[in-house]
Amino acid sequence: MTHLETTPRRRTGDPLGRAPWILLLPAAGAVLLLLVPIASMVVATDPRSLLEALGTEALQDALRLSLVTSTLAMLVCLVLGLPLAWLLARVDFRGRGLVRALVTVPMVLPPVVAGVALREAFGRSGLLGAPLLDATGFAFPYTTWGVVLAHVFVSLPFVTIAIEGGLRSAGTRYDDAAATLGASRWSTFRRVTVPLALPGIIAGMVLGWARSLGEFGATITFNGNYPGTTQTMPTLIYVARQSDADAALALSLVMLTVSVAVLVVLRDKWLVTAP
Amino acid sequence: MTAPTGRTGLDARLVVPGRLDATLAADPGDVVAVVGPNGAGKSTLVHALSGLLPAEGHALLGGTDLLTRTPPARNVGVVFQDQRLFPHLSALDNVAFGLRSRGVPRPDARAAAAEWLERLGIAELARRRPAQLSGGQAQRVAIARALVTSPDLLLLDEPFSGLDVGVAATLRIELGRHLSDFRGVTILVTHDALDALTLASAVVVLDTGAVAQVGTPADVAARPLTEHVARLVGLNVIRDGDRLRAFSPSAVTVSVHAPADSTRNRWQGVVRGAAPHGDAIRLQVSGEVDLIADVTPAASRELALVPGQPVWLSVKETAVTTYAG
Repeated sequence: MTHLETTPRRRTGDPLGRAPWILLLPAAGAVLLLLVPIASMVVATDPRSLLEALGTEALQDALRLSLVTSTLAMLVCLVLGLPLAWLLARVDFRGRGLVRALVTVPMVLPPVVAGVALREAFGRSGLLGAPLLDATGFAFPYTTWGVVLAHVFVSLPFVTIAIEGGLRSAGTRYDDAAATLGASRWSTFRRVTVPLALPGIIAGMVLGWARSLGEFGATITFNGNYPGTTQTMPTLIYVARQSDADAALALSLVMLTVSVAVLVVLRDKWLVTAP
Repeated sequence: MTAPTGRTGLDARLVVPGRLDATLAADPGDVVAVVGPNGAGKSTLVHALSGLLPAEGHALLGGTDLLTRTPPARNVGVVFQDQRLFPHLSALDNVAFGLRSRGVPRPDARAAAAEWLERLGIAELARRRPAQLSGGQAQRVAIARALVTSPDLLLLDEPFSGLDVGVAATLRIELGRHLSDFRGVTILVTHDALDALTLASAVVVLDTGAVAQVGTPADVAARPLTEHVARLVGLNVIRDGDRLRAFSPSAVTVSVHAPADSTRNRWQGVVRGAAPHGDAIRLQVSGEVDLIADVTPAASRELALVPGQPVWLSVKETAVTTYAG
């Protein structure tokens, strides 16, 4: 330290110093890569074709179907995935690693293959589908329930893994405390485990919902593309793209808007206020 | 410590391979302090009794073997070292939790919980979440939560660690009052000699997973068998054959030259540290044996007793207690 002429500059910002360029540049590249295609789509869309598309019955049906099936799939994923995630996170059983590996398989499976696999299981002559058809006269393929089933199949791994992460980061300390206070495992699950893992559970549900909303391959392979019953937004866009590129662009923009709007609402309502 | 009655007292032998092999006995109303260095098995003992850690052996309490029961079926109250108050519940609902688990209707459970908060002097904090409580307040809630279910066995795992000295002192007095009303057996794991001396009716010293000493607090403090307890109570203890010799640091005479009288109670060493201790300066001296000695600040200055200074320590034979080790 010398004299007064070297007035120390007031340091602002991060006490650890500036973020290095070698990290900043790739991060900026990532943001551009994600934003530019979306922005281009917005710029390229003709507002008139957008209004036109909004008025069509096909869009309204597909949008309604997409929202209903994604939400149903999310609820089914919660009912099935939360107990599975709890089992993977909290119970030490033989073959746990194997079960966890199996659960993640649909994540790496191409969705078309998922559709083929679903057909073999739940198709009219499938392993489970044939007895189901004999017993009840009901078959999943080409029905709205088939769409939900396809959504659940592809989303469940994401939901399960996310919730398991939430349960693990919440830890077992409070479960232990509840046990010493006389709470059974089921009671502990309801009163302690779930409330404390709520942020992870909600994140898992949002992830599952988003994955369902975008699901295309498994749905179209398993259920075809019937307006009103199995035609969701992605399949509608795919069909439109083959005849009218402008209409496909408008539909895509509608889907983008709805997805972002739902995520923003969820974020305000749940993700931020969650403990 | 008195012999177990076998009816409502605790009679335990707990074995956790590689970590703990300890026997423990206590009558109803007893407060057993468990002391020992880190890694001695104190927390293992608590977790084995609570059921959170599987253990072999037996733990007879009120005629049943705790080890055959799951943690919820044990009727044991635990105050954890890190409290573990449920962060999503109010102080009141934290305390009511154990009663709710036992099927007590919500209004009754809350009323009983409110009564316990009142007894611990924090009734006005009932609606607060744990994050809005100070350390001492949170520990009171944790104590109320453990006692509200009238457990047969109360396990306190270092209940005052991490609290300010003043807060710990107040809470220690309060806890003593509640423990004297408590009819069950209390196991108090502690790092603090004061806890053991003021709250306990018996002391169990653990060392490397085994019981090294059992006795009344006064007995253990006066005749410590382990170096850890000697340091806890601030005594010098040196081994002399199969006997131990204990003396207070204030009985030690410090000089820079060899003492003229050829007492056998003299040692040469080097000052390693010096720190205020009450009105005195407490010196850490290392040599053939490691000892502590209290000197007056004036003497400390006069003899220049700074770290690195070679010194002679001596103690009069009359100031030494000799006992079987």
